[in-house]
Amino acid sequence: MLEMVLKAALTLGALALLIGGLLAVASRVFAIHVDERVGKIEEILPHANCGGCGFAGCTAYANAVIRGDAAPNACTAGGPAVAQGIAKILGVEADTRERRVAHVYCSGGNLTAHRFNYTGVQTCYAASRTAGGPVECSFACLGYGDCVQTCQFNAIYLKDGHAIVNRDLCTGCGKCVAGCPRKTIALIPANKPISVNCSSRDRGAYVRGMCEVGCIGCKICEKKCPHDAIHVENNLARIDYDKCTACGACMEACPRGIIRNEENFFVVAKRDGSANS
Amino acid sequence: MTMTEFFSLSMTAILIENFVLIKFLGICPFLGVSKKVSTAAGMGIAVTFVMAMASALTYAVNTFLLVPYELEYMQTAAFILLIAGLVQLVEMFLQKAIPALYQALGIYLPLITTNCAVLGVAILNVDNGYNFIQSVTYGTMSGVGFLLAIVIFASVRERIEFSEYPKCFEGFPIALVTAALLSMAFMGFQGMKLFG
Repeated sequence: MLEMVLKAALTLGALALLIGGLLAVASRVFAIHVDERVGKIEEILPHANCGGCGFAGCTAYANAVIRGDAAPNACTAGGPAVAQGIAKILGVEADTRERRVAHVYCSGGNLTAHRFNYTGVQTCYAASRTAGGPVECSFACLGYGDCVQTCQFNAIYLKDGHAIVNRDLCTGCGKCVAGCPRKTIALIPANKPISVNCSSRDRGAYVRGMCEVGCIGCKICEKKCPHDAIHVENNLARIDYDKCTACGACMEACPRGIIRNEENFFVVAKRDGSANS
Repeated sequence: MTMTEFFSLSMTAILIENFVLIKFLGICPFLGVSKKVSTAAGMGIAVTFVMAMASALTYAVNTFLLVPYELEYMQTAAFILLIAGLVQLVEMFLQKAIPALYQALGIYLPLITTNCAVLGVAILNVDNGYNFIQSVTYGTMSGVGFLLAIVIFASVRERIEFSEYPKCFEGFPIALVTAALLSMAFMGFQGMKLFG
């Protein structure tokens, strides 16, 4: 009996020892030199793997920073805090870049005319490919929430049939910009909260007929702007954020009420409890 | 081994006795990493690779160590030890030699260490009394069977994402119903007995 137990224990023990030894040797033979700073940088990154930095993921970005292929402030999701952390590890000075947030250039939703009742696959991508989309305006947010699905930070929610970005949560990674089949979302500077909430390049009269909150290209904002920062091109007003000082002159002048201070707008949305929690 | 035997063994491993759908081995990776076809294929290839290696290694250890010392009853323990060591070694080797492949398979390899399908193939090889070539063939083809099952399943799940079904079926319930239907479909191969 004892002999049997001993034999089994010894044989398996010897086998285990052999494998262990082999692995120990292998770990020496196949050892790869990894810069310890890569691990340190990876630790402070947000681990969202959002690709906002332009690399395949947080690990790829950490490696690129060490190689010198990427700037220490390229992580949009992490923001200034992470940039400073990385700069500290590298021993360089961090220059934080302007925080950018995504913005949905449409607040049409239920206020725009619909051509038909769409009951197909409930994604913007599918809807936009069904007879040009159920919404009359071919630039409008479709409101099926492809961007909500894409966002890893729960920063976009749907309200009144269109998407709204929660600026507190948005990291500016730009995934929704790429994910929107209508190209209605763009990145704008977070400290310039005024924006024209429309993407329509249709003529004014047509827009007036189909949407209550569409830009008609009347150029009143252009005339009222003291800084020459807002211009109407292709029947659509757009703000030049290099010149904009967020004074709000265009906001008050707009007859359609579609130039808004997003910060105020978001506060209102939060107060009535419709912001996603 | 003749061509006929090879064909018969392959068909048995891939279709008639599919590891996942008929033998119900390796269910956790089957359900866990089957949301996207690309990751499912990666997992399938990694499992196939490890199964083939494990078949060869366990055959050698069983024949030259366990049988001579009359330690067949220690099979399970010895095989787990071997598979774990093997996966570790393969992982290290890949990381050094083929970084691209390691990137693709990297996260799946440690998962396979404790995969019952790999242990299953090692034990089935012994139970069925296969010789070395038969063992390796059976191991590889079982892996191919796993690959086939998980890729089909992932393709179906990708389509389910875009279809409408009752809210209560969301997530795992619908996946399990799908797996059950797939399994029933593979039961159709049961009646086939190839070349005796």
